[in-house]
Amino acid sequence: MSQGNFILREPEYEALLSILRKLLADASAKVVFLVDKNGTLLASAGDAVGFDTTSLASLAAGNIAATGGLANLIGEKEFSILFHEGERDNMHLSVVAERLILVIVFDRRSSVGLVRLRVRQATARLAAVMATAVAAGDAELGGVEELTEADIESLFK
Amino acid sequence: MSFINYSSREINCKIVYYGPGLCGKTTNLQFIYKRMNPEARGKMISLATESERTLFFDFLPLSLGEIRGFKTRFHLYTVPGQVFYDASRRLILRGVDGVVFCADSQLTRVDANEESMENLRVNLREQGYDPDRLPMVIQYNKRDLPNVASLAELHALLNRRNVPEFEASATTGIGVFETLKTVIKLVLIDLKRGGRQ
Repeated sequence: MSQGNFILREPEYEALLSILRKLLADASAKVVFLVDKNGTLLASAGDAVGFDTTSLASLAAGNIAATGGLANLIGEKEFSILFHEGERDNMHLSVVAERLILVIVFDRRSSVGLVRLRVRQATARLAAVMATAVAAGDAELGGVEELTEADIESLFK
Repeated sequence: MSFINYSSREINCKIVYYGPGLCGKTTNLQFIYKRMNPEARGKMISLATESERTLFFDFLPLSLGEIRGFKTRFHLYTVPGQVFYDASRRLILRGVDGVVFCADSQLTRVDANEESMENLRVNLREQGYDPDRLPMVIQYNKRDLPNVASLAELHALLNRRNVPEFEASATTGIGVFETLKTVIKLVLIDLKRGGRQ
């Protein structure tokens, strides 16, 4: 199995962002995040100020990984949707294109049903953009291969 | 699998601290957290039991500055060392770019180190990695304690690949940053080569 790098370029990033913005509005959500399964934030829409997005991405990935482990124990491939209900805010997490996690935070201005419906619509579009991103990323590294040992050493000066 | 975002000019890499229970993986991260410039590190998250044993993972994000216009971000994770948390360890290894194997130098932990190294190799293979090629550094921790095994003995038992190795005492910080710096370099060199394809 290849463990190559995943490269996200400007056009695909912008495409992901525009889908997230539309989802944010359509689902009446507070904020929407797209995270990869390894715990890195790819993009967000809405008012992400006040959120520790790095921690959120890492914990969302841990959450999906742990429930995936539970799913395997009962013979399921994965649980593709998780919903956490809070006193004020709720969180909906779903797996997109097998490698990403879509996280939506919403309050009583929206509902689980609406969020679920909008997520389903957005998921197909996000998956299509990801397919393009993966195909483009496989073609070349696009600059990172030019890093020299001196560049790397400069990080520690 | 490193994640390179050309839009925000960021390189993200994942480094996992692996090793037997109570070898000092969390202590390594705590020391790094304490000593790093607050602007260069994010919040440290520990998912631990009430007795402060790691239950799922510790997480510490670092931003080390720019190279060639790319911001470099490293996500440090520890695994729970206790034998029965193997399912969690496998999950945390997903997408790893480099491993620090933290060994407990005490004579009484020689078997636990070997078992953990073998467990790492099995779990890496299970995730599709070649355990002989993934960037790795070995840290022999707790060198300050009495009754520790000799370096030659630990090397013979754990470092068949002959990867970079460091003596450490994570509670006082000896060897902690040397270990981190070396694994980061190995990960970036590997990234430059285009991953382990």
